[in-house]
Amino acid sequence: MIALFYIAAIIAVIATVAVILQTNIVHGLLYLILSLLAVAVIFYVLGAPFAAVLEAIVYAGAIMVLFLFVIMMLNLGQHTRDQERSWLTPRGWIVPSLLAAVLLGQLVNVMSQIDHELIPAQIGVMEVSALLFGPYVLAVELASILLLAGLVAAYHLAKTK
Amino acid sequence: MSLEIGSFLSIGLILGVVIITAALLITVERRLLGFWQERLGPNRVGWFGSLQVVADMIKIFTKEDWVPPFADKFSFVIAPGIIMTVVLLSFAVIPFAPNIGVIDSNIGVLFILAMASLGAYSVMLGGLSSDNKYALLGSLRAAAQMVSYEVFMGISLLGVVALTGSFNMREIVESQADGWYIIPQFIGFVIFLIAGVAESHRLPFDIPEAEQEICAGYHTEYSGMKFGMFFVAEYIGLVLISSLITVLFFGGWLGPEFLPPILWFSIKAFAFIAFFILMRAAVPRPRYDQLMSYGWLFLLPLSLVNLLITGVIILSMQ
Amino acid sequence: MIKLIVDTLLSQVRTLWLVFLKLFKKKDTVEYPDQQPYMFPRWRGRIILSRDPDGEERCVACNLCAVACPVDCIALQKGEMEDGRWYPEFFRINFSRCIMCGFCEEACPTNAIQLTPDFEMAEYIRQDMVWEKEDLLINGTGKYHDYNFYRVAGKQIEGKDKGEALNEAAPVDVRSLLP
Repeated sequence: MIALFYIAAIIAVIATVAVILQTNIVHGLLYLILSLLAVAVIFYVLGAPFAAVLEAIVYAGAIMVLFLFVIMMLNLGQHTRDQERSWLTPRGWIVPSLLAAVLLGQLVNVMSQIDHELIPAQIGVMEVSALLFGPYVLAVELASILLLAGLVAAYHLAKTK
Repeated sequence: MSLEIGSFLSIGLILGVVIITAALLITVERRLLGFWQERLGPNRVGWFGSLQVVADMIKIFTKEDWVPPFADKFSFVIAPGIIMTVVLLSFAVIPFAPNIGVIDSNIGVLFILAMASLGAYSVMLGGLSSDNKYALLGSLRAAAQMVSYEVFMGISLLGVVALTGSFNMREIVESQADGWYIIPQFIGFVIFLIAGVAESHRLPFDIPEAEQEICAGYHTEYSGMKFGMFFVAEYIGLVLISSLITVLFFGGWLGPEFLPPILWFSIKAFAFIAFFILMRAAVPRPRYDQLMSYGWLFLLPLSLVNLLITGVIILSMQ
Repeated sequence: MIKLIVDTLLSQVRTLWLVFLKLFKKKDTVEYPDQQPYMFPRWRGRIILSRDPDGEERCVACNLCAVACPVDCIALQKGEMEDGRWYPEFFRINFSRCIMCGFCEEACPTNAIQLTPDFEMAEYIRQDMVWEKEDLLINGTGKYHDYNFYRVAGKQIEGKDKGEALNEAAPVDVRSLLP
C-alpha cells in the first residue's frame, strides 16, 4: 500500500513538472489530468476513498473537460507553441525556483517534526457528510448559494430573447 | 482456484465474457436491427450469420492503421486507449453474482461516475487531435453532451443510494431483496436510462457521431484497429449501462431459485441490451440544441424533484 | 405541460411497441442468389440483337440507336450485301457505359435491338464489358415474332422488287398520270 503511495507521488511530481515544461498546451493539459488522477490515488491510499473519487469526478472529470473544451475553441497552433518555448528561458526560472526552494525547506522542516507512523484511517462517505452537514453547514450553504447564483446567471445569459 | 470476489478466475472470466459479449453484440445488433426493420440482417457467414463478427474482426484488423500527417500523434494514439481502459475499469465494481466480481468497493457508484466522466477525454482528444473540422464539431458536441448528462445520471442515481444508504453496489443489490427499486424510483430509472444512452452516445443520442450531418464525428480520421477500439468500446459501454440498470433498479442477480444468480443477471442485462437496440431501431435522433435544453430544462429539475421527494419519504418513514 | 409530457411519453412507448412487433412480421428481404426474383418481361436489362423469322439479321445499320444513345455506348459500321440488304459490319456495345435506358430499342425501326430481363452481367475485367456483334446476336426473334423489316418495307432487294412488300401498293408510273 505504501509503495502505491510513493509511485503515485512520483507520477504526480513528474506530471506536474511536465505540465510546466510542455509547450503543446493539449499535452500540458493531459499531464495535468494525470497529476490530478495521481493525487486521487494518493487520497485513496491515505484512507479517503470518497475524496479520491470526488477528485476524479470533479477535477479530472468536469473542470479539466471544460478547460479542454475552451482550448478546442481557441484554435491554438504552432504560433502559441513557439511563444511558450520563448518564455521557457533559464533566466525566468531563477525567482520561481528560489521561492519553491523556500517552500520545500519549510515543508521538510514541518515533516521532520511530526512522527512518521502512518496509520490510515478510513474516512468514508458517512463521516465526510456528517462533517459537511454538521460543523461546516454554513460553508456548504454559502457554496451552494454561490453555485445557484452561477446557475441562474448562466441561464439568464443563455436565454434568447 | 475458486470463484470468489477478486480471484484471478473471477477477473479473467469477467474480462473475457465482457469483451466477447461486446464483440458478439456487433452481430446481434445488426441482426436485431434487421428484424425490426423487416429485413433479415447478416445471415451469410456461418450458422445464421453467427460468424459475422469473425469476418468483421478480420476486416478491421487487416485494415491499414493510418495516422494522418497533420494529426497530433500523441493524443491521436492514446484517445482510443482511454475509452477502452475506462469502460473496462468500470466493470471492476459491478457485482455480477454473489461470488463473481472484481472488488467490493464502498464507493462503487461514484467510481462508475468518475470513469464515465473520464471517458469524455477520449472523444474530445480524438476529435481535437484529428485536426479535421467534422471531428472537431463532433468532439465539441460530445464534450457538452457528456458533461451535461453526467449531472443527471449522478442525480438520478442518488435516489437509489439514499434508499440503500450506501454507495456499495453489492449492498444496493442485497437491499432489493424485498422489492426492486424500479417501483419506488421509476422516475430515477427513466432519467438514468436516457442519461445512460446519452452518456454512451448510442442512438438516438449519437449526436457526436451523427453520420448524416458530420461524417462520423470524432472518429472521422480513425481507421483500422484504432477505430475498432472506439467501436468495441461503444458496445462495452452498452453492456455496462445495461448491467448498471440491472444492478441499480432491477435487483441484479436476485431472482427465483430455479436459476443460478449469474444467469438471472445475464437475462436482465441482455433484456436491456435488446431494449437499447430497439430504441436505436425506433426512435429518431433529436437536434443538438433540443437535446441540451431537454436535459437542462426538463431532466435536471425532474431529477432534483425526484431526489427531494425520495428524501422526504425516507425521513418521514423513520 | 403535464398533458404534453404524458402524450410525448406515450407516443414514444407506442413507437417502441410497434417497432418491436415487427420482430414477428414476414421479412421483405428476397435472398437473391438463392431465390431468384421474378423479372418482368419488359424489364430493361442486357441488350440483344434479334433475327427476323427467316433467320436473317434484323439490323439494317441505320445508326438510329447510336444517335439515340445518351451515353454514346453503341458503335457500328454499315456494310451492304450483294442482294442490296444493309447489315452492320461490326456492332459494339460498351456495357460499362450503358445505362439501360432503352432509347435504342425505341429508336430501332426494325425491332432488331431489344432489351431483355437479364441483369447479371458483372465482370472482373473492364474490357470484358465491351460486347461485339457475335456476343449480342441471338438465334431468335426476341419479343416480336412475326416482324420482318424487308417484307414490309419498300426497300428494293434481290428477289423483292418495289411494290411487292406486304400491304404495299404497286409503284405508280408518274409519267402516265400526266394530263
